Amino acid sequence: MSAREIAAAVRAGERPAREVLEEHLAVVDARDGELHAFNLVLADEARAAADVIDDRVAAGEDPGPLAGVPVALKDNLCTRGVATTCSSKILEGWQPPYDATVVARLAEAGAVLVGKTNLDEFAMGSSTENSAFGPTRNPHDPTKVPGGSSGGSTAAVAAGMASVGLGSDTGGSIRQPAALCGVVGMKPTYGRVSRYGLVAFASSLDQIGPITTTVADAATVFEVIGGHDPLDSTSIPRPSPEIMATLGDGVAGLRIGVIDELMGAEGMAPDVLARTLEAVAALEAAGATVGEASVPAAVYGITAYYLVAPAEASSNLARYDGVRYGLRVDAANTADMNEASRTAGFGDEVKRRIMLGTYALSAGYYDAYYGKAQKVRTLLIRDFEKAYEEFDLLLSPTTPTTAFPIGEKTADPLTMYLNDVCTIPSNLAGHPSMSVPFGTGDDGLPVGVQVLAPSLGEDTMFRAAAVLEGAAP
Amino acid sequence: MSGIEGWETVVGLEVHVELATETKLFCGCRNAFGSEPNTNVCPVCLGLPGSLPVLNRTAVEYAMRLGRALGCRVEASTFARKNYFYPDMPKDYQVSQYDLPINIDGVLELPDGFRVGIERAHIEEDTGKSTHIGGGGRIHDAAHSLVDYNRAGVPLVEIVSRPDVRTADQARAYAHELRGILLATGVSDARMEEGSMRVDANVSVRRVGDETLGTRAEVKNLNSIRSLGRAIDYEARRQVDLLEAGDRVVQETRHWNEADGRTHTLRSKEEAYDYRYFPEPDLVPLAPDADWVNRVDAALPLLPAARRATLAGAAGVATADVATIVDRGHDDLAREAIAAGADARTVLNRVGNDLAGDLGALDAAGLTALVALETGGDLTATQAKAVLAEMVTSGRAPTEIAADLGFEAMDTGALESVVDQVIAGHPEDWTQFVEGDDKARGKLTGFFVGLVMKATRGQADGKAVTALLRQRAG
Repeated sequence: MSAREIAAAVRAGERPAREVLEEHLAVVDARDGELHAFNLVLADEARAAADVIDDRVAAGEDPGPLAGVPVALKDNLCTRGVATTCSSKILEGWQPPYDATVVARLAEAGAVLVGKTNLDEFAMGSSTENSAFGPTRNPHDPTKVPGGSSGGSTAAVAAGMASVGLGSDTGGSIRQPAALCGVVGMKPTYGRVSRYGLVAFASSLDQIGPITTTVADAATVFEVIGGHDPLDSTSIPRPSPEIMATLGDGVAGLRIGVIDELMGAEGMAPDVLARTLEAVAALEAAGATVGEASVPAAVYGITAYYLVAPAEASSNLARYDGVRYGLRVDAANTADMNEASRTAGFGDEVKRRIMLGTYALSAGYYDAYYGKAQKVRTLLIRDFEKAYEEFDLLLSPTTPTTAFPIGEKTADPLTMYLNDVCTIPSNLAGHPSMSVPFGTGDDGLPVGVQVLAPSLGEDTMFRAAAVLEGAAP
Repeated sequence: MSGIEGWETVVGLEVHVELATETKLFCGCRNAFGSEPNTNVCPVCLGLPGSLPVLNRTAVEYAMRLGRALGCRVEASTFARKNYFYPDMPKDYQVSQYDLPINIDGVLELPDGFRVGIERAHIEEDTGKSTHIGGGGRIHDAAHSLVDYNRAGVPLVEIVSRPDVRTADQARAYAHELRGILLATGVSDARMEEGSMRVDANVSVRRVGDETLGTRAEVKNLNSIRSLGRAIDYEARRQVDLLEAGDRVVQETRHWNEADGRTHTLRSKEEAYDYRYFPEPDLVPLAPDADWVNRVDAALPLLPAARRATLAGAAGVATADVATIVDRGHDDLAREAIAAGADARTVLNRVGNDLAGDLGALDAAGLTALVALETGGDLTATQAKAVLAEMVTSGRAPTEIAADLGFEAMDTGALESVVDQVIAGHPEDWTQFVEGDDKARGKLTGFFVGLVMKATRGQADGKAVTALLRQRAG
């Protein structure tokens, strides 16, 4: 049952929200011991919230477009009075005194919060193995990673423990796990969803987005959480997006370009390429004009990303110093206390990126690293602009391969980073893109196809995603 | 202060000013001094994970107002992060304008006409306040430290001068004039003792005639305009002594110690932080349009320099009292009295010297009447001062007050007879007065006027007495 179906049934009084919730909680009980999608399950709070929804329906009220829909929240989204850990020891014991804007908007729309989900520490990773609380496993094959960093929310949705997940996407952290877990994952245009209450990783790249089992569910959730928020200065001053109205309009007449440079990217698996080409054929069959698109700077995306993101992260994560909240390891003086707390509180990958970023911003190196990376970003945006003169949408695989075994890439960060080659360019450009499941690889595991659009082009992007969903094998 | 023979002191001033906005720079918390610690705080100014800054429009307006008052251009600007670890900085970075500040290229003219260039006046956030308990009272050796975040996120403008100042006196005049502009524009209460105006001085010395600047030391902890002057004099002397001994000046930050009257090393250049500035991604560029700048210009009040010029123009003279009167904000009163026909010099004299505080119940009409009594000879200067003080308190008419105090103008006949009695009582002095040169006569004038005043209990007019003495001497 999709989120839209659940909400329709609950609003109509055909199914109690409580019953829907219990079904999902039963799956949590049955599977989360193995999968470890959740850092925290809020069963009692969820039951109380579901009962409130049912009471409101009984009283003739409409609890909203997500009435009774069980939602899993990535544990880097602030929840008032509920631990928010970022899967890091450094935030031990911290409870935010406020809700993230998206959390408030979900609640207003009638959604029921099932729990907080696992992630790579501070969203730094592509496999959800970099968690202080242990890895999350892929529901399709628990020996494999679910992708990351939003692996917990994605696994929760893919396994049926929640109907909707929210993730954050800095370099592919929604789309990549969605592809590896066979669900829909969408990253909005930068500024379309408020970041207020999202614990920052790389502020100029971070966006919150939905993880769902259907394209229409993703559209509905995006409509609920999107729209201007005065608490986020980078929020685009536009009202809530309208996607559902045109979702079924098809792709007839649309020009769709397949990104040449990404199809030929290092490590691209033949089975993934094959599914992508089938997806192209499906769009063509539905009336789109397809062609080869060139975005030359796309291949430099990873390099630029691994300077910009760590640089911003090195600053964003400075506040975890043991002074005000979270872990404190006492020492002789303040500076030693800062160092001891950070040494004990952060995992290896976070430390690696803080050091990378600190170096990239250092006097004498700024121009060569951070400055150069920002220029690549500008170049990439220009390349995209050129491509969008010719095409309405672009297409690529979401990931080079299907889900890989747990432990396979943890020893080699560079190989791990290559996983995000197709997803990073959209973050650097601030453009929307989404991953739609499209068949399976030779190993029987899900493959995702990525649809990319120019800024604010979500409505068109969703039309193509809906066509792909209908045509998927 | 006098300069050091053969040497020139060069000073650049960096002044941090807390803006008097209702709320903080990036959140809705109250911007107030003296509240209970950690009561004016929220997720944003505490830098809690997930919180984001939203720029305070009034703070921007105040910054522009100050910039325009200093003759700056308002430019499209951006914010940056200045990264360093310190417990009173909740995010461990400070949001500040860096390479693109909102105000650039202004000038501040001192009362004597000397012009000090203003390089920039940019917006940034204040830090919290640490108190170090135990040990040496400094962060590295304290037993523990307490932090109050009420001040964290309070809007500041940092005004950076060009290295144009050459003496401690000029530096003091600069700080004084800047304070006057801050008060006139209402953008800050500019209280150095409460820290809402903080002055740092970049001091260097060079041999007279040298074109290149010497190595500078940045002197901090200047808590009053007096400290600023003392510290510059001390620091210039210290640097000259080093150079004359064949030593060199080290670029460093130095701490002024008011108690021992010296500066002490705080941080050397090697220990200086690498702030790793980069553009603040949580804020968008700030580009006030021409309309906004025009509105700010239109609403600018008259600044101290213009007010001094106006008052001096109205009075027809530029005495030192003019600056004092403008500083105290009494220039409107003085101008109105002069406009109403009161004698300008007497007005400047009374308002400049005898009205230090609040004007109380005094208005221009009352002042005009008082000055008329004084210039008309009905009141002596001493009596006028006493009446003025009473007017401030009660607001009553000067004639009434004078009558109550028993101040009655002596008629000429009565005064003549007192003068004659005094002359008769001091024949030797009188002979000296009559026969003496101008110098001797000048000295003895004071002697005889004093005697007459004593005899009349201050009711005589000094000028009239002097005239009578001259007349009697022939």
